[in-house]
Order: sequence, then structure tokens, then C-alpha cells
Amino acid sequence: MKFLFKDKLTSVASLILLLFVTLAIFGPWIAPFPKEGAGASHVDNSYIGPGWHHLLGTDELGRDLLSRIIYGARPALFIALAVVGFAAIIGTLLGLIAGYRGGWIDNVIMRVSELFLSFPSLLLSLVAVTFLGPGLVNALIALIISWWPWYARLIRVEASIVKSKPYVEISAAMGVPGRTIVLRHILRNVTTPLIVQIAADLGTVILAAGSLAFIGLGSQPPSADWGLMVAQGRNLIFDQWWISTFSGLAIFLAVLAFNILGDALRDHFDPRIARQ
Amino acid sequence: MKVLRNRLSSAFLVLLGASFITFTLARVIPNDPALAYIGPKATAAEAAKLRITLGLDQPIPIQYVKYLFQTLQGNWGYSLSTKQSVLQEITSRLPATLELITFAMGFALLLGITLGVYAAKYRGRFQDSVIRILAIAGVSMPAFWLGLLLQMLFAGRLAWFPATGEFDIELKYDHPITKITGFPIFDSIITGNYHATLNGLHHMILPALTLSAYSFGLLSRMARANLLEVMSQDHVKVARAYGLSERLIFFKLALRNALPPIVTVTGMSSAYLITGTFFVEQVYNWPGIGSFAVNSLLSIDYPAIMGITLLAAIGYLLINFIVDIIQSKLDPRVWLQ
Repeated sequence: MKFLFKDKLTSVASLILLLFVTLAIFGPWIAPFPKEGAGASHVDNSYIGPGWHHLLGTDELGRDLLSRIIYGARPALFIALAVVGFAAIIGTLLGLIAGYRGGWIDNVIMRVSELFLSFPSLLLSLVAVTFLGPGLVNALIALIISWWPWYARLIRVEASIVKSKPYVEISAAMGVPGRTIVLRHILRNVTTPLIVQIAADLGTVILAAGSLAFIGLGSQPPSADWGLMVAQGRNLIFDQWWISTFSGLAIFLAVLAFNILGDALRDHFDPRIARQ
Repeated sequence: MKVLRNRLSSAFLVLLGASFITFTLARVIPNDPALAYIGPKATAAEAAKLRITLGLDQPIPIQYVKYLFQTLQGNWGYSLSTKQSVLQEITSRLPATLELITFAMGFALLLGITLGVYAAKYRGRFQDSVIRILAIAGVSMPAFWLGLLLQMLFAGRLAWFPATGEFDIELKYDHPITKITGFPIFDSIITGNYHATLNGLHHMILPALTLSAYSFGLLSRMARANLLEVMSQDHVKVARAYGLSERLIFFKLALRNALPPIVTVTGMSSAYLITGTFFVEQVYNWPGIGSFAVNSLLSIDYPAIMGITLLAAIGYLLINFIVDIIQSKLDPRVWLQ
């Protein structure tokens, strides 16, 4: 775990991430106004600027912005883990099948994944969530739809490389069943690139989920979602600037921390790429 | 020639696939498109009639084949919200978006390569880490948030730039732009309408900077890494040992060899530029495809959405194709692959 603190920037990123994880788990106990964080409005307090009582000010319904942002940590981390997790599972399964079996199955899986990659992935998610209907769960599904092909292709390449290594060929010749080879040799050898890819994607997913919510296709009010909160403050940016500014800052810091740690993880596991 | 033919046929297949995916997604719509078209007050009989006129009563495979033929013939359907032809909506808005993307790309290349080179020169020192932080911030920044921040600071507080729009509203009356190509800033330059050019550029800076942040981040990191790698190669060392000037080594040997990966990254970031316009145009009220796309998504305007996704797939293919051509000019081995 030393690499998480290998230089100043990485250490700062680790601390930011630790903070967000703490907020996500213990948010209701940390937030100064837990009821407002959960959505209770307090209309006579609306649009109070940042100050002692409300550190980051209040929003249009008089809710304490800091508490809302703290409550937003949980859905943000949840969506990142869920999207990347499901995409990685689906992609790894298909990639393993394609890479190990080869032949027509390989062809079909790869052509289908190419279809999904034929337009910008965020656009695919936007279109998918539009037709599925706005909401957190549908946004999740929409993001998984555009994310799995990357994993399938990554794992397929790795699997086909490992498959042709002599020790794997020998175990196949010795009559070791295919399932054992895939689980024992191939899956183990693809874990490193898989972890590196997952780490690199977590931040990107938060960014994409925030974008869906900003347009109005992700989480719906009254949920405490950072992207949604930026959108709610959008038309007030010149006067009640704090609403969009601080909500967006939360997205930015989370994505930044994940991206820096993703880089550190990649350098740690695969110094070859780092040097390029 | 054979390479080109292969490329074109695979491009055709990709577009076919893209149209298939959007069509399939559009068919999952829970709401009735016919109702969206005539509004909630219409009677069931009117809706049924419209469903027949729009061809929504036919089996889905037939609808898809029909859609394909109509698309090829230039009939991209009618927008449910504006009731205009989708192709017309798109072509009238495309120039504004293309100009925005061009400027954003220009900013990203200029800033990205310059700072990347600068970081390589001061490797491991203070300047290098500042640029590293800028680059990673660029790729982590939500475009809509950066847009709002720049708007608040430079349009609101400092009032250096206009907050929204492509031109001042009065410009239409004071210095109207003669339409030649449809690209407003370009047209204003070739017609000598410099007042409009300056006004357009003034409006362009904030949106283009916002859109360029991500590509800037990717490019500066890529430029730095590649430059460092090329500079450590043997031929550069030999050139140094021969006493060639650093300037000559840099431009003739290093930069030229670092270019191909930079071009690749430029192409990669195009996916981001295409969807980035959705958010940037939304924030800055830019009259382009991006704001049209967001409105179409929000109103489930399915003919418009299908048109926009098809256009995005075409744009994406085209950019990748151009990237390959530039690559082959820089490195003739590329064509053979």
C-alpha cells in the first residue's frame, strides 16, 4: 500500500478519497444538518451565503449545502463501484470466452463490442438512459451498456496472449479441463490489467454519471446528487454562486483523486507502461 | 487502393451497426412516439391515425429497413418538437458546433503541446509538477462545471467576456453576416465584416476553452512523455555528440518523432469533443448541435436523437479516418498495417 503515498500529489489524492469514503459511510452522523441533507426543506432559510452557520451556504429550499454534498458522496461512490463492477464482470466473462475459445464465438463477441464502440460512449449512455427513462438505476444500466466492451476487449487480448504461452498449451495437452485452465492460469494473469483498468475507470464513471444527472437524465430530485445539484444552481451562478460551485467541486475532487490514484496504481503494477 | 476500399466497407458496416443500435434503443421507448408528436390532448383515434402515417403500426424489422432507405435518401424524419426536417435542423446548426470544436481543438493543441514540451524541458522540477497537476485537472474537470465557473468569473465578476451566445444580439442589425458557407466566423472573415469576426471571437473564447480542457490534459501528458522518450534515443544522443544545435535536434528529430502519438491522442479525444459540446453548448446557450441534442434527449424526440447519433457516428469515423491519413503521412508504415 506504500504506493498510495509515494509522492505529495498521490498522498493528497489518497486523503481526499479516504475523506469521501468516510463521508459515504458515516455521512448521516457527520453532516451538520442531517435532515436537510436527506432532503427536508427549510424554505425561510433559502439562499443564505456561505458563513458560520452554514459553511457552504444553503440552496433554493433552504437546505444546508454542506450536508447535501456529504449526502451526495454515497450515491457517487455507489454508482462508480456498481458501473465499473458490473461492466468488469460482464466484460471479463465475455473477454475470457472470446479469447480462450476463439473461432466464431470470438468473432461474434468482438463484432458486437465494436458496434458499441462505434460512437462516443457517453453519447450511447445518454441515448440509452433517455429511452430507458431518467433515474439513478437506469443511468447505471446505461453506463454499463457503454462500458463493458472496453473490458471485453482488454481481457480478450490478454487471454489470447496467455493462452498461447507454452505452459498453458502443455497443461491443455495434458488434459487439464478448459474451465480449470481459464480459472487457474488465464484469470489470474489478467487480474493486473483488470485492476489497473478498473482504477482508471472509477473517476471517469463519476464524471459520466455527473454529466447524465446535470442534463436531468440521472438521479431525480430530491436526491442529493452532485451533478443534479450543479444543474439546480446553474441559473443562479451569478448570484447564488455557491450552489453549483461547491457541488461541482465535489465531483471534480472525487474524479481527480481517482485519476491520480489510478495513475499511481498503474505505475505500481506495470512500470512498463509508466515509462512509455 | 485496396486499403481504402477495406476502410470504406468497414466504415459502412460500422454505420449500419450504429444505426441498428440507435434504432433498437429508440424502440424500447416506453412512451408512445405518436402521442409525443400530437400532444396529450389528442383522442385515441387521432393517435391511431398518426401512428399509421408515421409508419409506427408496421412490424419493427420493416420499420428499420424503411428507416435505412429513407436515411440514405436524405430523409431523416421530422423532429417531434420543432416539426422541422431533422436533416435541416442538423445542417443549419452544424457550422456553429464545428467552429466551436475547431477552436477548442486549436486551444488544446497549442496549450497542450507547448506546456507538454515545457514540462519535458523542466522534467522533475517545479514547472513540471505544476503542468502535471494542470493536465490531470483538465481530464478530471466536468465540462459543465468548468463552463459555469468561467462564466461566473470572466463574464460575471470581471465582465471580460460575454456570458452566452454566439454573437451579440444587436449584431444582426448593426453588422449582419452575409451567409456564404454558413460558418458564421468564417463567413464574417471572407466578407471582410471584421466587426462581426471580433464579436464572434470574443464570444468563442470561454466556450472553446471549456471544451478544450480534457483534450489539453491528454495532449500535454502525451507530448511530455513522448518527447522525453525520443530525446533519450540513440540518434538524438549521436546528434548531440556531433554538436548539432539543440534547436535543430528539437524540431527536426524530437518533435517530428513525437508527433504520431500526439495525432493519435488528438483523435482519441475527439469522442470527448463530440459529447463535450452537449454540455458546453447547454451552459453557454450555443446555437449548435449540442444544445439541440440535449433538448431532443429531454423531450424524447426520437427522430432527432436518431439523426444526431448517426451524425456523431459519422463524425467519429471521419475523425479517425483523418487521423489515419495524417499518421500515414508522418509514418508511411502505418498504411501497410
